[in-house]
Amino acid sequence: MFRNTYDSDNTVFSPQGRLHQVEYALEAVKQGSAAVGLRSKTHAILLALKRSTGELASYQQKMFRIDDHVGIAIAGLTSDARVLSNFMRQQAMGERMIFNRPMPVNRLVSSIADKAQVNTQEYGRRPYGVGFLVIGQDQTGPHLFEFSPSGNSYEYYAMSIGARSQSAKTYLEKHYESFADCNLEDLIRHGLHALRETLQQDKELNVNNTSVGIIGPMGQHEKPISPPGSFRILEGDKVEVYLQSMEKKEEAPAPVPAPASVPDAAPAPGSDEDVQMSG
Amino acid sequence: MDHFPTNWGRPRNDAFDAYATYPIHQRPYNGPKDTFADGVQRTQQPIVTGTSVLAIKYKDGVMMAADNLASYGSLARFKDVQRLHQVGNYTVIGAGGDMSDFQYIQYILEELSIDEISAQDGHELGPIEIHEYMSQLMYARRSKMNPLWNSLLIGGFKDGKRFLSYVDLLGTTYSASTLATGYGAFIAQPLLRKAVEGREDVITEEEARKILEDSMRVLFYRDARSMNKFQIATISSAGVSISDSMQLETAWSFAENIRGYGAQTQ
Repeated sequence: MFRNTYDSDNTVFSPQGRLHQVEYALEAVKQGSAAVGLRSKTHAILLALKRSTGELASYQQKMFRIDDHVGIAIAGLTSDARVLSNFMRQQAMGERMIFNRPMPVNRLVSSIADKAQVNTQEYGRRPYGVGFLVIGQDQTGPHLFEFSPSGNSYEYYAMSIGARSQSAKTYLEKHYESFADCNLEDLIRHGLHALRETLQQDKELNVNNTSVGIIGPMGQHEKPISPPGSFRILEGDKVEVYLQSMEKKEEAPAPVPAPASVPDAAPAPGSDEDVQMSG
Repeated sequence: MDHFPTNWGRPRNDAFDAYATYPIHQRPYNGPKDTFADGVQRTQQPIVTGTSVLAIKYKDGVMMAADNLASYGSLARFKDVQRLHQVGNYTVIGAGGDMSDFQYIQYILEELSIDEISAQDGHELGPIEIHEYMSQLMYARRSKMNPLWNSLLIGGFKDGKRFLSYVDLLGTTYSASTLATGYGAFIAQPLLRKAVEGREDVITEEEARKILEDSMRVLFYRDARSMNKFQIATISSAGVSISDSMQLETAWSFAENIRGYGAQTQ
């Protein structure tokens, strides 16, 4: 079931100069439920939409603590994410042991980006099928990074990944200039508004499907954190107060949105010009 | 730990060679013999050694002092050795003990600094990071039974904070507002404590310099492995500066009146 001739080996360029397996890996990220990240002058936060496979199942964990000063939200293959997050934990622990300092966040993200890049070049490997939003605080303040299976990592004021993340991105692009001076409560409200955009119709954010990850000083609804300002994940009843703070979504008489199964920005079928294999 | 680096890490034995008069390669060994010890031999003693390093905290930061002598046993072999070394923009590391091991440490730290600078991401190694790194390095080497035969003082100033700490060939670390290695730990440390403790935020740069000079003078009088030629490093918000070598006024007229050894006839 090849899409075209240059699919089977990710170390081979297509005549258009593309690595198809890498692009498919980016599609795997878009299959995962959405995660949103924002940054102010004092805080960096993550918000994620958790999925469950059914009424009887628990919700899949979307956020992981790496170290006191770093946390991630994932979209894509959870098993790949665990491999990478374990690696990040080791790197962060090593930095604390050898230099007695929190690992610079950009270096932590670069270290997994370098691992991902190897998978796009060496024979017999496959790219990771997971994307991260990484928040962290180090000597240069709070940060938000995106990591993707192509081996790229970028720093952002605000970013979203996962299914229908384009809708959240649109919200973030409209409001990001106000984020820098937001307090924690306003930042979370913006994050929830952005995350809400990624929901399917007739679905809502609730205490079961919403995770909030925070780095930065304690907010007014929080209990003291030890050590102060370290990464914490809010779930269940603790997110209730923030969900309550959301403004009601105005019901735009918008045209029916695209069906859920079509990922954002996926290339239209047949849009690339590689030779199609018969069958 | 006594002031002869040769004896560091050994059981004390005052019965012979209490003054380290033996040529280095003939140091007596009366411990148990290991039949297989010839198979692998690691560093058993330092060869070319530096003596004390002194350091104190003062109002604006940290000040350190060390002389320029590297001895070969009791021979004053090299007289222009710099034992205070700048690492990065915020730290000075001062070394007593084996000078070749210290040169190796300088090389390692240079590599580390280059890696840190080439990241170009606004992060810099400060004295805290360098001290942690050195303590891990020294402990790892002693655990391989192959220590770097030094005692190090690491002083620095970064983000408005002074830092001063010690690490030695065993990986032992401690911090205080005054520190001294080698013979200085016996002779100078009490003087430094008396002058500095409780007054760290009061002492001016001039005063700190005088405290160190006075201690260096006492060490020159008392420590047979020292020399009247030394450098002072200051680390403050203005950065690191290591002075040129300097000398102190000393008076030796009292020596005529000392009786008990030497060539006196009465």
